[in-house]
Amino acid sequence: MNTVLQAHGLGKKYGRRWALTDCDLEVPAGHVVGLVGPNGAGKSTLLNLAVGMLTPSAGTVEVLGAPAGAQQAKVGYVAQDTPTYARLSIADHLRLGRRLNPAWDESLAQRRIQHLKLDPKQRAGKLSGGQRAQLALTLGLAKRPELLILDEPVAALDPLARREFLQDLMEAVAEQELSVLLSSHLVSDVERACDYLIVLVDSRVQVSGEIDTLLATHFRLTGPRRDQKDLPRDQHVVTASHTDRQSTYLIRTGQPILDPAWTVTQLTLEDLVLAYMGRDVQPERPVLEVQR
Amino acid sequence: MGLWMIEFHLDGRSGVSPYQQIVQQVRNALRLGLLREGDQLPTVKDVVAALAINPNTVLKAYRELEHEGLVQARPGRGTFVTRTLTDNTLAAHGPLRQDLRRWLTKARKAGLDDESIEALFLTTFRSAAQEDIA
Repeated sequence: MNTVLQAHGLGKKYGRRWALTDCDLEVPAGHVVGLVGPNGAGKSTLLNLAVGMLTPSAGTVEVLGAPAGAQQAKVGYVAQDTPTYARLSIADHLRLGRRLNPAWDESLAQRRIQHLKLDPKQRAGKLSGGQRAQLALTLGLAKRPELLILDEPVAALDPLARREFLQDLMEAVAEQELSVLLSSHLVSDVERACDYLIVLVDSRVQVSGEIDTLLATHFRLTGPRRDQKDLPRDQHVVTASHTDRQSTYLIRTGQPILDPAWTVTQLTLEDLVLAYMGRDVQPERPVLEVQR
Repeated sequence: MGLWMIEFHLDGRSGVSPYQQIVQQVRNALRLGLLREGDQLPTVKDVVAALAINPNTVLKAYRELEHEGLVQARPGRGTFVTRTLTDNTLAAHGPLRQDLRRWLTKARKAGLDDESIEALFLTTFRSAAQEDIA
């Protein structure tokens, strides 16, 4: 199976603080991957390592089977806040794209600008947030990459612009053979658009995998109070809470749950993400935000 | 999507996964006669562009419908309805439905409220299912 992103023991240190540690990932091609986590969890650091804008302090990261940064033409990157050149016109941006990218698809770029009803003579600095994001997406798609990486692409957009952006992105995924890796701190964006999930909290990957598989293997158990050590060994506890009489566990297991004492409920994606975000991983967590 | 027979909608709060929602909406359209044999389902690209969802979600839903024998994918042309569900549903189940109505009337006369009726139905349904397995 082709992998778009492969990381082994990957880590990045700013000064004395690790922004990303012990990151092991193997993301197969053909997915729309959602990288989810709170602000400052290390999402941008991981994405910047993947595009080769940062070099690892530990471990390795490969993108499309080669060291990160080695295949610039095959990887598109839309950075946080979808930066464009404020003083350049839309036509200038397309000209730049044409000059800088060997596989540039001019007709795709023109079609998109027309579809968005943008005036090519308009300067990027005069565009609305949604239009600027769409321009950045146009550049990213017309490059015809095998992997498109987007850092919080819709975070700053209003609901309508957000929906339109994701519609266009999904349409491109359906049309082109394109893998996508996008970060977000909103589960609702990820739920519709993504079919693969990476949860990153406190500079560590908490869980990753195909969303269908994750949902099929995580359950909430509620029942009479029971000690964690009395659970079957194949039930990995994600979170646990107890009252005097009742226990509630959120577990991951590939096996059927046979114990009739438990009431078993399936999780929504939001439950699952929140469970991994909310558990105490490192109590002594430093509260520094990664440079954005 | 104006040129298609049906449009899909997603309910984010339903707790039903997007792919299942699409499957259910096609089945419902077949039951209600909104979709008939030979009709084409919206293309994956159009569904994706309208709902901003992952293409694999639509593909998975269409595959399941194909597996159930309700639709057929014709390479390069699209996905088409091959069977309807109108004949074997409500009309055909008329007698069963009448039985159920009579039972409901009895349950109300016995003093059960809506929640109790639902609970009674569900527990009976489940224990019957258990006995079938055993």
